[in-house]
Amino acid sequence: MGKITFIEHDQTEHVAEFKAGSSVMQIAVDNLIPGIDGDCGGECACGTCHVIVSDDWFRKTGTPGGEEEQMLSMTPERASTSRLGCQVVITDEMDGMTVHLPEFQM
Amino acid sequence: MANQQKETTVIVGGGHAAGALLTTLLQKKYQHEVVLVGEEPHPPYQRPPLSKNYLAGEVDQESLYLKPRSVYENAGHQLRLGVRAEQIDRDNKTISLSDQSTLKYDRLVLATGSHVRRLNAPGADLKGIHYLHDIADSDALREQLVPGKRLVIVGGGYIGLEVAASATKKSVDVTVLEAAERLMQRVTGPEMSEFFYTKHSNAGVDLRLNTAVTGFEASDQGHVAGVTLASGGTVPADIVLVSVGVVPETALAEAAGLPCDDGIIVDEFTRTEDPAILAIGDCTRHRNLFFEKMQRLESVANAVDQARTVAATLMGEKKPYNSAPWFWSNQYDVRLQMVGLSQYHDQRVLRGSPEDKGFAVFYLRDGCVIAVDAVNLPIAFMVGKTLVQQRRQVNPEMLKDPDIELKSLVSGQSIN
Ligand SMILES: Cc1cc2nc3c(=O)[nH]c(=O)nc-3n(C[C@H](O)[C@H](O)[C@H](O)COP(=O)(O)OP(=O)(O)OC[C@H]3O[C@@H](n4cnc5c(N)ncnc54)[C@H](O)[C@@H]3O)c2cc1C
Ligand code: FES
Repeated sequence: MGKITFIEHDQTEHVAEFKAGSSVMQIAVDNLIPGIDGDCGGECACGTCHVIVSDDWFRKTGTPGGEEEQMLSMTPERASTSRLGCQVVITDEMDGMTVHLPEFQM
Repeated sequence: MANQQKETTVIVGGGHAAGALLTTLLQKKYQHEVVLVGEEPHPPYQRPPLSKNYLAGEVDQESLYLKPRSVYENAGHQLRLGVRAEQIDRDNKTISLSDQSTLKYDRLVLATGSHVRRLNAPGADLKGIHYLHDIADSDALREQLVPGKRLVIVGGGYIGLEVAASATKKSVDVTVLEAAERLMQRVTGPEMSEFFYTKHSNAGVDLRLNTAVTGFEASDQGHVAGVTLASGGTVPADIVLVSVGVVPETALAEAAGLPCDDGIIVDEFTRTEDPAILAIGDCTRHRNLFFEKMQRLESVANAVDQARTVAATLMGEKKPYNSAPWFWSNQYDVRLQMVGLSQYHDQRVLRGSPEDKGFAVFYLRDGCVIAVDAVNLPIAFMVGKTLVQQRRQVNPEMLKDPDIELKSLVSGQSIN
């Protein structure tokens, strides 16, 4: 168990509880956080779960894989710490993490 | 305000479209009462894994649910699951349900989806003949997928082929019978059909094209034992999966006198002819501003996009449905991503080749990209999404030139 903070584009904050093993996308969806759609259910096929990890946590989430990188390269508001939320599997070490949501998903 | 009274919005159908609608209404803080009536015992769930990793036993049932049931209920939505809507009384704005109760609605959203097309052939009711549409179907089929068994799949569309790939992983002996001259003919071009043919052949699947089925043979125990072919002969089978498409679930709407034509007719705001009734998802033939014609689509993207449109309509906003359709399929180590509707093309351009790790087919009409099918090449799908949505004119030579980055094709205003 732990907590993760989602910050919407307009700076609205949402704190959500997580269980390790879930994904950042699923946690957002389960908690009705606006700004993440997750349309393909986590298949890395839609690009509607883009999040920007805050700098100090990016080391914990790691960098995107090859296919994820291709998906991200076209998302609006791409940042150097962008990830697809469905590809970030939550570990207990991510307790306290903050991620930002873009204004638009793909 | 003239009328502060709470209205009741009833959603019939508990599938992907209904689930996406509940979510959007919660996110937008919809003030009215919402009741969902769903025939299946499950809260809204995703069907795509039913032929993919759920069938292969790699993910559990709970992971199929769009969200835990408690999320909707804690937020005040009522879920009446395991209950079927039997009849709509438009004059009194009520629906009668299979549990003998009656619901009053102010607004009604039909999200009844589709059901599988059944084969009407001798022996089609034999034991061992499966269809695949819901969790129970996937569970029943998975139980039968044991090494060495002979599975015959009738229909070489994407669901049949995904099952072929999942079953092959479990060392099941798979044969696919397809009446058309190529695989997935309805949704993709010849290059992709050919690519998937090779992929499945290499995995050991016995693929038979131009092969029409006439019926099924029984064992002494009344179990299916073989599939008979129009060309004569029989293919022996221990298990059969019939996967020959779906039919939109329009019975409720038709009985209520709503215009239907292979789908409930709705406009770009998901409205039917009755101002109190809307419809979304697989069950609709809809106007999407993106196309010139009315379309019926069977995809998650269509279900969720129409759900977002209907949520806006319910809230008095005008948000027409105008997005390019997209789709994906997983088979073996291949992820196919598609955007647009390729059937209307007049030119095809290949980027990369099927021997490469990833490649794509661009479909053009009058010089504009109208669809893209990408295999393990997400960038082509993502760039394609923009090109298709914007109806971009693109020089075909640039699409196939490996020295030109695909991304550069969308950064400028118009590239010719
Ligand atoms: C095996 C499989 C694999 C798929 N793979 C993909 C894929 O990879 N990508 C993709 O984009 N799409 C895929 N699809 C298609 C996608 O799942 C559908 O397009 C989507 O589920 C449509 O959503 P819907 O809500 O309109 O209908 P459905 O999800 O079919 O839901 C309709 C629900 O309404 C209920 N219902 C119907 N009538 C009544 C009534 N009178 N009263 C109460 N309840 C009723 C039904 O029981 C059902 O639960 C797949 C489908 C299947 C079956
Ligand atoms: S949910 Fe579709 S790419 Fe992440």
